[in-house]
Amino acid sequence: MNAQGVAVIGVGQTAFRSRYDEMTYPELAQEAVALALTDSKLQPEEIDAVVFSMAPTTFMGVADADKWAVDYAWARGKPFMRVHTGGATGGSAFQAAYSHVASGQYRTVLVVGADRITETPDAQFVLNLIWDAFYEQDFALNTVTMTALATQRYMHKYGTTEEQYANVVVRARRHALNNPSAHLKGAIDIAAVMASPRISWPYKLFDICPRSAGAAAVVVTTEALARERCARPAFVTGTAGVSNTVFMGDRMGPAADTDFADFSELKLAAHECYRQAGITDPMRQIQAVEIYDPFSSFQFPQLESLGFCASGTAQRLSDEGAFDMDGALAVNPSGGTLCTNPIGVTGLVRAAEAARQVMGRSAAMQVKDVHNVVATAIGGSTQFFTVTMLSDEPRRRATAG
Amino acid sequence: MSKTAATSANRVVQGEWHVRYNYPVGEVGARFFDALKERRIVATRCSASGMTYLPPRAYCERSFEKCDGFVDAGHEGTIEAATIVSAAFDNLPAPPYAIAYVRLDGVSTAMVNFVRGMDLTDVPAAAAKLKPGTRVKVQFVELPEGRITDFHYVLA
Repeated sequence: MNAQGVAVIGVGQTAFRSRYDEMTYPELAQEAVALALTDSKLQPEEIDAVVFSMAPTTFMGVADADKWAVDYAWARGKPFMRVHTGGATGGSAFQAAYSHVASGQYRTVLVVGADRITETPDAQFVLNLIWDAFYEQDFALNTVTMTALATQRYMHKYGTTEEQYANVVVRARRHALNNPSAHLKGAIDIAAVMASPRISWPYKLFDICPRSAGAAAVVVTTEALARERCARPAFVTGTAGVSNTVFMGDRMGPAADTDFADFSELKLAAHECYRQAGITDPMRQIQAVEIYDPFSSFQFPQLESLGFCASGTAQRLSDEGAFDMDGALAVNPSGGTLCTNPIGVTGLVRAAEAARQVMGRSAAMQVKDVHNVVATAIGGSTQFFTVTMLSDEPRRRATAG
Repeated sequence: MSKTAATSANRVVQGEWHVRYNYPVGEVGARFFDALKERRIVATRCSASGMTYLPPRAYCERSFEKCDGFVDAGHEGTIEAATIVSAAFDNLPAPPYAIAYVRLDGVSTAMVNFVRGMDLTDVPAAAAKLKPGTRVKVQFVELPEGRITDFHYVLA
């Protein structure tokens, strides 16, 4: 089956910060919708369906808040679905919108999400509740401790130092200086990261993303309409997702078929995404990535599993500047998730930033001569993985089947 | 759910959720938790895949067959991942504490629990003692009551 060509023709995002006390949750979502429609030069009635990107709603404290946002997203009278795969939500929501259009069911689809994590004072208690009440919840698991566990395993495997992770934070905050929407940004040094308070070994405070509020929206449509409305659309040339068991302990030791330290699931997803997009040499064919990195340790295993370098070598390349704006691969020109994390929207922001790079609309964040940009998202107990390719040309190879 | 009125100073409405739950542990879980009272840790085994699971599973996630055996896990094991928590989180234990995924002898998968009895004052020094590959043993509480918190790990 040949899928209908799909492209992004417009994106919108609010600034991200700790609080948005001047507006309610759905009003925040509406801001992003209005921005995305303006960017797409579309009227609300030209949207055929709406996909709502929202992870746990317990942070902002209205259960299943997607229903609250329906009319604010101008979805009244249209098909509407919420997608939720934890931190991978935005990646999955974007891929659902892609499928809506690729299948021929709808012509133009709006993906929108809003989140506000500081409505409740401690997100990590809410995140502890994603584990079962019998075997795992009692042991203070949350996204900080869960990923600290993976990081300790990775450090042991590859000899990574705390300073090498600190350098990732320094680069992220520097990149974010070019991003008007970024929550955290600034010129800091490795010593500042090392001096920030210890949270969960090996993490210090600066190794960890902020809790952000804000909204983002993306408009995807058919190749035909995209060419009509947009001088330089971002074509969706690959979409893949891989899920794994909630039990992290199944992903460790000699019997495991993936390694919790390496995010090996992403290798499987990247293989499928690259097959669709005709990518055979990622480092040569892909100019920038917007990867999901709420912790400083999330870049190395992802860059390795995405095929940019061999396992255990990303840390050295990072030290050498290979992932700087003018390096071999621009890693998170936006500053990434380390600088901005509105959880239910974060994966969508990755896709939006990747699309803007391809469209040449990234302003101060713009990477030169962009042809392909990959976006990832990761969620649950590090168990949902999405890989999405945005390109300046339509899909080079038809999907299998 | 309770609410207080918005104050004119900040226009923020305060709320709190109080929700109660009753979670059934299931038959496989009941066997595991009953065994804990006898200071035994019972894993499920799938003869089709050869996998032995902790936490116990009704079905094998590799073979998609029903797990067809129960085996007693060893009371010693190997750390696969660990962390030391220095920060306080709402409704979670007071820091510092150490958490580890440990693969108990005879089991294919690792199970999370606290590692107790360590001096955690110097975090990097304590972390060096919890590297993957480190051997630990299971220590039961004095009066097990059939809960996962009936035991924890200590360095072997």
